[in-house]
Amino acid sequence: MAKVTLTVNGRPVSRECDDRTLLVHFIRDQLGLTGTHVGCDTTQCGACVIHMDGRSVKSCSVLAVQASGSAITTIEGLASQGELHPVQAAFKEHHGLQCGFCTPGMVMAAVDMISRRGGRLDEATVRHELEGNICRCTGYHNIVKAVLAADEAMSAARQAAE
Amino acid sequence: MGVEGIGARVSRKEDKRFLSGKGRYTDDMSVPGMKYAFFVRSPYAHAKIRGIDKTAALEMSGVIDVLDGRQLQADGIGNLICGWMIHSKDGSPMKMGAWRPLAVDTVRYVGDAVAIVVADSSAEARDAAEAVVVDYEELPAVTEAVAALAAGAPQIHPEAQGNLIFDWQLGDPDATDEAIASAAHVTEIEIHNNRLSPNPMEPRATLGIYDAAEDHYTCYTTSQNPHVARLVMSAFYNVAPENKLRVIAPDVGGGFGSKIYIYPEEIVCLWASKKTEVPVKWTSDRTEAFLTDAHGRDHVSTVKMAFDADHRIIGLKVDTIANLGAYMSLFSSCVPTYLYATLLSGQYAIPAIHANVRTVYTNTAPVDAYRGAGRPEATYLLERTMETAARELGLSPAELRRKNFIRTFPHQTPVIMNYDAGDYEASLNAAMEAADWNGFAGRRTEAKARGKRRGIGMSCYIEACGLAPSAAVGSLGAGVGLWESAEVRVNAVGTIEVLTGSHSHGQGHETTFAQVVADRLGVPIDSVNIVHGDTDKVQMGMGTYGSRSGAVGMSAVVKALDKVEAKAKKIAAHMMEADESDIVIENGELKVAGTDKTVPWFQVALAAYTAHNLPSGMEPGLKETAFYDPANFTFPAGCYIAEVEIDPETGKTEIVQFVAADDFGNIINPMIVEGQVHGGI
Repeated sequence: MAKVTLTVNGRPVSRECDDRTLLVHFIRDQLGLTGTHVGCDTTQCGACVIHMDGRSVKSCSVLAVQASGSAITTIEGLASQGELHPVQAAFKEHHGLQCGFCTPGMVMAAVDMISRRGGRLDEATVRHELEGNICRCTGYHNIVKAVLAADEAMSAARQAAE
Repeated sequence: MGVEGIGARVSRKEDKRFLSGKGRYTDDMSVPGMKYAFFVRSPYAHAKIRGIDKTAALEMSGVIDVLDGRQLQADGIGNLICGWMIHSKDGSPMKMGAWRPLAVDTVRYVGDAVAIVVADSSAEARDAAEAVVVDYEELPAVTEAVAALAAGAPQIHPEAQGNLIFDWQLGDPDATDEAIASAAHVTEIEIHNNRLSPNPMEPRATLGIYDAAEDHYTCYTTSQNPHVARLVMSAFYNVAPENKLRVIAPDVGGGFGSKIYIYPEEIVCLWASKKTEVPVKWTSDRTEAFLTDAHGRDHVSTVKMAFDADHRIIGLKVDTIANLGAYMSLFSSCVPTYLYATLLSGQYAIPAIHANVRTVYTNTAPVDAYRGAGRPEATYLLERTMETAARELGLSPAELRRKNFIRTFPHQTPVIMNYDAGDYEASLNAAMEAADWNGFAGRRTEAKARGKRRGIGMSCYIEACGLAPSAAVGSLGAGVGLWESAEVRVNAVGTIEVLTGSHSHGQGHETTFAQVVADRLGVPIDSVNIVHGDTDKVQMGMGTYGSRSGAVGMSAVVKALDKVEAKAKKIAAHMMEADESDIVIENGELKVAGTDKTVPWFQVALAAYTAHNLPSGMEPGLKETAFYDPANFTFPAGCYIAEVEIDPETGKTEIVQFVAADDFGNIINPMIVEGQVHGGI
């Protein structure tokens, strides 16, 4: 057993877990944050994407013990005070989700993409960046639209603030 | 239509939940004392089970029990069944082999479940499953449908000699043969429609909870039709009577057909929960999903299409061998028969059609309905034949199709279906224009100059949707009716709950069903809640597949709304001392037509529940139920055009353009419909 201490969505947490526990299972089973999903066995689908110290990672390929000491953001921590994050809002506006299962990972990957490459995104770049996230319902078309729209909205907001 | 009514591009009510990580899928469910299951599965395509040694597994950390098929059988749990009886052309019933939820003597495909391990954690269950020693005697296996019918092929089920399940036909063999004999030209092709694995993003999962005090079971499951699951588990698998079994399909992460069926795992987890006295949760991993989710398609067909001298189709003869895998899944028999051969007329006037279909067992995962189920197989076969015929006849593909389109409606095909309406030329023209079909020759020349090969192809499809008229499917062998139910509950303050037997697993029913109510009553969609997926809440329903939720499920809602509206008008007329026939509903108010007298919707609802001043003899309350059984299928149709470019040096193929023109009729929410089409493409 190992002790894992970390910050999740701004709150400090500490739990004992089996050494082999994957971060995604720690988040889902121990912390009850079930918005992060498991869709494959092979780190291909991206339904489990979270942010660890500000970088997007697939939480199915990180051990919980490796994440000890880090700051984690999950899909549950993205909206503030019930107000959807601009990426979440854009997914809703542009119908970038259907069954919702891949959605948390898609949104977390998109937020990371915009934070790294915001203002310089185009369709080809968004499609390339989302290669690690699989969706079975939408054909990606509206997801790409949503990410580009969120990027635009966030760039405009940044410029307005400057 | 109003801003939120039928035809409005309303963003979805359910999105906030999914976008915030607050969706509730089966694997998200957790109950006190819950334990985890892992299935021991066959690594062989075909083998005898000589023995199962659980000793080592039972001693491992966290293990509660390891249960096998003999124990399940001893407790009287029944075999899985196929719910649609098909008779061979000689009149004999289909030859269904036994599918035990846990294999007893023989395993018949890689992934066949042999035992269930229940443990404190999923990791411990998985570890212990590896320690269960199954002594297999490997048998010869066959995986290809054609090979399974060959003399000397391994025999898979004793009930189906030569692996033949049924040899069925539809249409007129003599008239078709005559047409072929008299034809000016016959196009012949062989088509393989490959097997595929559905892969919704959410793997299947189930949580079985047995309450000993009440002798009651609760089953959370990733189902497209929880009521059918309850019906089948009660009536055929002896899990529990219906009143002792609650089935809940909460948020479901995509289905594509694969979550219609009742699989061994739901049954086994419910039974195991009683055996072990703990709630038992199983969640498929992706490997198991590939192995055990019902696959789709897998047809081998030969086609003969006969033309007269004027290039009109005069006959179509199809011979299909369909691979149903190792066991007959719940609706497997109807997919390559009544959902397939009935669509072989496509968009064309064909006077004579004959289809012969043989279904066979093989040592592969069971095959059942997947996206369109049988109808896409018919379209693929027909449209490949049309393209081939156009080349052979030296006609453009569009010209050959135009020549043969059905142009008068209703149209009775020789294969059961009666098309109510359609304008196939319109979708063909729309697609060709959008694809700039006429500019293709120039684009091909330009591509050639770059060393690339460019091609263009079209497909004109028809679907039979809105499954299905109950009496009609009953006469064809279905074990169930395919109506839908709805209950519209108006609360005392005027907000509304709609209970539907349809199930949403990505289709957006919480929005579109509310739009139907908003359109009718002029109330905001936020005041309408859609309730589905729970047999304790919704009395009965047939679920979502076969493009039936709009055409059948919503029609049931409309029928219930008819009754609600009629009663509300009576109450309003009484309140305003007007004649009931003068009452109209507009923008959330009931009005006396041609006057300024109005009463808001919520006051009528309140009056129904206070019951202080209702028309004489009227029961209090405002809640109505309706069942809708469709009179016919619906027949959406369209034309798709793909333009591809191939690099002859590397074989790399790029789809440079894809155009879809669909005729869907009355659309509730264009945004959602477009999204569905994107996903389908």
